[in-house]
Amino acid sequence: MSFIKVENVWKEYADQIVLENISFEIAHRAFLMLVGPSGCGKTTFLRMLLGEDAPTRGKILMDGAPLVAEPDADRGVVFQRYSVFPHLTALQNVMLGAEFAQAPFLGRLFGARRRAVAKKARALLEDVGLSGAQDKYPAALSGGMQQRLALAQALMRQPKVLLLDEPFGALDPGIRADIQALMQRLWNETDLTIVMVTHDLPEAFRLGTRILAFERSRNRPEERERYGATIARDIEIWPPRVAGATRPFTRPGRDDPAKPGAEPGRPATQAS
Amino acid sequence: MRLLNVKPTRGQALVLAAIPFALTCFAYLLFSQLRLAENPNDKLLPSLGSMIQAINDLAFHADARTGQYIFWADTAASLQRLGVALAISTIAALIVGVVMGLLPIAGTLLGPFVAVLSMAPPLALLPILFIVMGLGEASKIALIVIGSFPFLVRDLALRVSELPREQFLKAQTLGASTWQIALRVALPQMLPRLADALRLTLGPAWLFLIAAEAIASDSGLGYRIFLVRRYLAMDVILPYVAWITLLAFLSDAALRWVQRRAFPWFVAARAS
Repeated sequence: MSFIKVENVWKEYADQIVLENISFEIAHRAFLMLVGPSGCGKTTFLRMLLGEDAPTRGKILMDGAPLVAEPDADRGVVFQRYSVFPHLTALQNVMLGAEFAQAPFLGRLFGARRRAVAKKARALLEDVGLSGAQDKYPAALSGGMQQRLALAQALMRQPKVLLLDEPFGALDPGIRADIQALMQRLWNETDLTIVMVTHDLPEAFRLGTRILAFERSRNRPEERERYGATIARDIEIWPPRVAGATRPFTRPGRDDPAKPGAEPGRPATQAS
Repeated sequence: MRLLNVKPTRGQALVLAAIPFALTCFAYLLFSQLRLAENPNDKLLPSLGSMIQAINDLAFHADARTGQYIFWADTAASLQRLGVALAISTIAALIVGVVMGLLPIAGTLLGPFVAVLSMAPPLALLPILFIVMGLGEASKIALIVIGSFPFLVRDLALRVSELPREQFLKAQTLGASTWQIALRVALPQMLPRLADALRLTLGPAWLFLIAAEAIASDSGLGYRIFLVRRYLAMDVILPYVAWITLLAFLSDAALRWVQRRAFPWFVAARAS
């Protein structure tokens, strides 16, 4: 049942212990949220899942095999910024993954194979709500559209696990709500296990199936170096959300624009 | 209003920019007039008429001895040397620079060497080039290459390593190999930056060209001004200098134009 298994993972940089003896398992098709204060090592942990960094001790297994020590196509990623390539149009950005797979030497497709890939890429762009923007460069897209593009680009390679590093942290609240809804729909429709780092607790509870809170248990100055963060809370969302069977969330969040007449804690405005 | 808040309008900007040019011309004509009034045979500040006459002879009347139109033959010879040399150092720098910036092994291997090499004054190497390669075209082209290559390589390697780490990680999660990342991520993003680097190299490149032509040559713009210097032929030297300046300015403008036209994404991406 467990898809990713984390066994006694420690991460140290020189004398600084960042993560201390982390062990847990991630179920297949989970939507796992990593939360915690700044500097608690949640991004460090995500980087280890990505393969950019290796645990100092312990190991991480995926499907029973140790993680490859460098990023690969099994693990898609979306960062807060710089996730798309500025020199490629939206369509080219999405096509890139397929071109890498099918054209090892040129990294570029031509003719019928190119048209087939472009068709698939256009469908993906439409799926994330970017159908009109396929020929635009990322610099001409808003922050929210760039993140949608980054999602489409990552999904093109059909990764087993999608890693999200505060992907919506820089977005305006209204746009964030839209893209969160998109994220949840994609998770429902696609065979994906998602691990997402976020600062936004309401977002974590709204999207996730499970929430892991990283925290340093010992925080006195003389202790900071020698004690790393551990998992302080491991919360399964109740009632459980199951991929493909979740009720679509419609309730507005705390940061969303208020709907007239539906303000919590206030009587509905009366017609004068 | 504070002086630093005073911004010229379009028309004012044009006038302001024209002032230094006009003043320079005016001052020259004034002093030329004064000297010529005193001594009509004065060679130091020739009149506009005598300069036009001199260039007319060189540009539109075939040389009696060789049958060449000297002005155009000089221009062609100089531009050919400059073009070949810059093409060589650009292509070499593009390859070496991207490899150095992309691969830590290559950066460690070549970085310190190129850093030391770039400090060797090219003009001090000129005698060595003349001894080894003879006085022909090869040594002049080699001088310009030596003068521009280290700068271009270091600049490009730096620019590659300045690309956001996220881009390389993302490309790896899309399944790209090192070669594909170089070809589709690093190289295309370097081309517009190369145009910037080339613009900065143009000045030194002309310097080395004129220096090499001055010392040993039988044609070229630099050769000509150093040749007629013996006869105090300011009526040839001044227009030649103006012509060289104009050529350098035009190539700079052309590079900027190409950058804007060929890489529309670059201006927007740089601004954001």
